[in-house]
Amino acid sequence: MERRPRSFYILAMFFALFVLFLYGPILTIGILSFQGPQGGLTFPMNGFSLHWFQDLFQQQAVGDIWGAFRRSFALGLMVMVTTVIVSVMAGLAFRKRFFGSGFVFYAAITSLVIPSILISLGVGLIFNQFGLRIHWATSGFGSQLTWTLPFGLLIMFAVFNRFDKSYEEAARDQGATAWQTLRFVVLPIIAPSLIGVALFGFTLSYDEFARTLLTAGSYNTLPLEIFGMTTNVTTPVIYALGTLTTLFSFCIIGVFLLAVWIMGKRRAQKGSDAGKAL
Amino acid sequence: MASRLIRNRHVLGWVQALPLTAVLLGFLIAPIAMIVVVSFWGATEFSIYPAFQFDNYEFLFGSPVTYRVFGATLKYALITWALTLTIGFTVAYFLAFHVRSLTMQIALFLICTIPFWTSNIIRMISWIPFLGRNGIANQTLISWGMIDEPLEWLLYSDFSVILAFVHLYTLFMVVPIFNTMMRIDKSLLEAARDNGATGFQTLLHVIIPLTKPGIMIGTIFVVTLVMGDFITVRFMSGSQRANVGRLISNDIALLQYPSAAATAVVLLCTVLIVIAVMLRFVNIRKEL
Repeated sequence: MERRPRSFYILAMFFALFVLFLYGPILTIGILSFQGPQGGLTFPMNGFSLHWFQDLFQQQAVGDIWGAFRRSFALGLMVMVTTVIVSVMAGLAFRKRFFGSGFVFYAAITSLVIPSILISLGVGLIFNQFGLRIHWATSGFGSQLTWTLPFGLLIMFAVFNRFDKSYEEAARDQGATAWQTLRFVVLPIIAPSLIGVALFGFTLSYDEFARTLLTAGSYNTLPLEIFGMTTNVTTPVIYALGTLTTLFSFCIIGVFLLAVWIMGKRRAQKGSDAGKAL
Repeated sequence: MASRLIRNRHVLGWVQALPLTAVLLGFLIAPIAMIVVVSFWGATEFSIYPAFQFDNYEFLFGSPVTYRVFGATLKYALITWALTLTIGFTVAYFLAFHVRSLTMQIALFLICTIPFWTSNIIRMISWIPFLGRNGIANQTLISWGMIDEPLEWLLYSDFSVILAFVHLYTLFMVVPIFNTMMRIDKSLLEAARDNGATGFQTLLHVIIPLTKPGIMIGTIFVVTLVMGDFITVRFMSGSQRANVGRLISNDIALLQYPSAAATAVVLLCTVLIVIAVMLRFVNIRKEL
């Protein structure tokens, strides 16, 4: 192997600093959430305790953290399942270049780049003016989909751009129906990417703030609850909450990545016998 | 007959695209239409009433605050864009051309993207112990003897707003640029070197031109996210700075929906014009 140029070491330093920049702050509040009962929002550490984590599990003076967590989790799952199904269907549709596909595509791009507060405001206005009840599972759900679906769609484009059509042709030549081709050939091949779409769907919903702001109604989701806390909580309890929910996000990401990895392993094990027959 | 209908690609395409179209119509197109309509309505202190008047726009364009705030918004967008592009390009360049094994590339790439899947609000909060008056930055600088008194402009200033933007959005640059760089044929780089190009010349005349689509996509993400933001500016400036998003959210808090809607329409037009200009330089669907 050839020797690494000097620029490698400079860039590696730069990269290390970038990673420190990305993760440093979150590590800081991770440490600070273990403040002693008398500790404040900044260093120095005033003792070392689990006080603020215990505080989270007791009756709260403000808000309903666990209720908000349950709602965010349920909403995340709803958005995840819907995002996967709708994105796959749309991905299949766009392969056909149907009439009007350009319009739907540009609408999806608009959905991605539109300032989030417009969705929040517009959906809120519609529900108000037509006398519908604003609720996280209706207006909030729809608003979040405008953020997760474009990501799902873009991933599906990336997937189908690389998709080898000869697999489908082979299935058809062997007499598979359109549904069988989809179910037993296309879906298994794209399955790992679908886990990626699901990861986007869940995490983007779980952390979504701006589009849910005016569309969640009287029951807050977790990010709204946390934002409410920033204005009236001045103890490290907010760091403890931040640490816990970030750890939760890391666990979710870990589970999804593990699923992709296991899927790849199993696939490699079973392998392909193409070209090995006599 | 029915089966023939299903085999028609337009019909089947429409059936498959229907759920997506329905969501976009109900929660994107209809809300935009509603905002446009309401922007012509009138408002009292407690309620809004249907009308067709240009008062909201007249007030908006007649106020010097509007121009100042739009100026500030563009300033945030421009500075954040320059910083995220520089950092994002450098990181992506390192990952794509200096890391040699694919496994390592994927691992380091994941390290860069994982924060994207965590909460933006928490990532903003996490700057407070760092930048505050008694924060780590000030304590470190004082202990090094570089300053005598804590710097006041670290938190709740333009500095902290832009720092948070860069922190939150750099990966929107890293991902598309890395994606385009990974598709550059390595033999082109060898050809450049064989013809006597220095590393810097290869970067300037081969890599950067070939990376332009990725740069454009990253730019679209960063510019629209910053221009549409209201929460980062509010939180990181301690409500002391304004951008267009905050103008809208303040009106909403005061129940002045028609005025908020008018500002939103102008913001949307601004963003769409910026995007339309940039889309002329890149075909998104080809780049995925």
